[in-house]
Amino acid sequence: MELVKELPEIFDEFSDQRKNSFINAYELKQKGIPFVGSFCTYFPKELPMAMGACGVGLCSSTGETIPEAEKDLPRNLCPLIKASYGFAKTDKCPYFYFSDLIVGETTCDGKKKMYEMMGEFKNVYTMELPNSQNENGRKMYREEIVKFKEKLEDFFGVTITDEQIKEAIHTNNEQRKALKEFYGLQRMDPPPMGGMEMHKVLDGVKFRFDTKKATEDIKALTEKIKAEYDPEKYKGRKRILLTGSPIGCSTEKVVNAIEANGGVVVCYENCGGARSVDELIDEQNPDFYQAMADRYINIPCSCMTPNPGRIELMDRLLTEYKVDGVVEVVLQACHTFNVESYKIKKFVTEERHIPYIFMETDYSSTDAGQVNTRIGAFIEML
Amino acid sequence: MARLSLGIDCGSTTVKGALFDGEKVVASEIMMTSARPAQRMREIYDKLYSGDVGYVVTTGYGRELLPEADRKITEITCHARGAKFLSGGAGGLIDIGGQDCKAVLLDEDGGVRDFLMNDKCAAGTGRFIEMMCRILECDGEELDSFAEKATPVEITSMCTVFAESEIISLLAQGAAREDIAVGVIKSICKRTATFASKLSISEKVFFSGGLARFEVFRKNLEEAMGLPVLTHPHSQLCGAIGAACLGYERMK
Repeated sequence: MELVKELPEIFDEFSDQRKNSFINAYELKQKGIPFVGSFCTYFPKELPMAMGACGVGLCSSTGETIPEAEKDLPRNLCPLIKASYGFAKTDKCPYFYFSDLIVGETTCDGKKKMYEMMGEFKNVYTMELPNSQNENGRKMYREEIVKFKEKLEDFFGVTITDEQIKEAIHTNNEQRKALKEFYGLQRMDPPPMGGMEMHKVLDGVKFRFDTKKATEDIKALTEKIKAEYDPEKYKGRKRILLTGSPIGCSTEKVVNAIEANGGVVVCYENCGGARSVDELIDEQNPDFYQAMADRYINIPCSCMTPNPGRIELMDRLLTEYKVDGVVEVVLQACHTFNVESYKIKKFVTEERHIPYIFMETDYSSTDAGQVNTRIGAFIEML
Repeated sequence: MARLSLGIDCGSTTVKGALFDGEKVVASEIMMTSARPAQRMREIYDKLYSGDVGYVVTTGYGRELLPEADRKITEITCHARGAKFLSGGAGGLIDIGGQDCKAVLLDEDGGVRDFLMNDKCAAGTGRFIEMMCRILECDGEELDSFAEKATPVEITSMCTVFAESEIISLLAQGAAREDIAVGVIKSICKRTATFASKLSISEKVFFSGGLARFEVFRKNLEEAMGLPVLTHPHSQLCGAIGAACLGYERMK
């Protein structure tokens, strides 16, 4: 396996910011570090880490390459899937470009079919993710994790030892603990930071390749926020929990609308927040493959059926973060979150008696006025 | 001595202004928004503002455009408050605006308990009716007289663009203008009722927006929702009146 080490031919056409990202990735590649790209939180990032590779998140959150993707994919498909495919096809994202291996999981229907197509021009490996969190599912995902480890060994010509895996589990658990401590600061009333600041940190950590250093930085940031806490800063703001599909650049319009209209996001129950960070891998379990499988399969994403974990997690977060209102953001054509919103709304409004609003959106800015009005009216209602 | 509040609602089709003295609407204005919402808001403001006005609230899509506003409130909250003032005790509100449609579940004080806004497109809004009137060469004011003699045809498309071609093919098949017009109104009311059904409104419903002045809409909406639907001669001013009421409360 020959690692991708050179910059793409279209490099000169990029903006400075994108050039910098490419250069950062380029420098790591020059040191001979392989890149393994992934999409979902079900991806067992401990394995690439164990072999010394960089794991990078490839979920794309801007609409830039959607027109290119729509040459092959249907228009009425989730924007995240279209954008991810588009970036892979155009090589305009450094992490796609430098990923030697791209790993998908059979999560939602749109993604798993898209991976088949991406496999025509990228090295794509798809892990089979069970649909249910039962004993069969746990057993199966353990096997899939072992198979993925073997794939990495075979593809990159390396050997991954048990010790390396255990070490990676520990390193990632330490980062999860630090992240929980960090976002847990928002339990304070009034909260110490804006939801956008919190989002930037949670999102940014995915692109920090020195995990241990990133963990130290998160801990230092947590201490700094504690030390500089100013109760006046977010006093009187309505405390919002954001849930639903993943959010990123283009959909940050919702966070901005919340914070421009008198709210503050105190908690993210989504892929970038508590949903993917909350649970640790059991380091005491001697069968570390099973410990990983159990931890990952417990992630309460709407692609699981049934998905009781999301309600359980939501119930706990609503109390701990003293939530005034729940905003659910669903990407257009994201069927599983769209359908599951029925149960979430019912639980939030009928069992917890907390106001809830559902917003379907995409990566365009055509609905910016509507998003602002709806969120504004929702916060006025609280 | 300030004793009046002014509410200005800048919608996509019209700008509305209402002056409120704590009990009644003492003056009002409606103008076409056209391409100059800020200028229209200023014109309404200049016409209605005087030294008696102690508080100005703006609402609607253009709510950020008037620097003199003491407060900007979304049209959802303002319509709800306006509906309480105009209806005195409705449990729900349907507002069909120029480019969107809102359904609101109200509490006893005219506050918002829950609400929905339609999707991004113009389906089932005032814009849709304007398109229909243009193709059918009918003056909006004729709509009610159509209802008396019409046997409504079924319109299946709710996309403004596709419905246009559907109407054209119905005309080509020889369907009468009034049958098509009432058919379109019926389908909009059905769609609105389905959209609002997610809110489980169980009491009488107040109907606001420019279309509320047509009895044919009120009646078809009532049928589609299976609930009593009320309107008011000031229905089109609902958002501006609500803004003025909320302004009055703040002023006191």
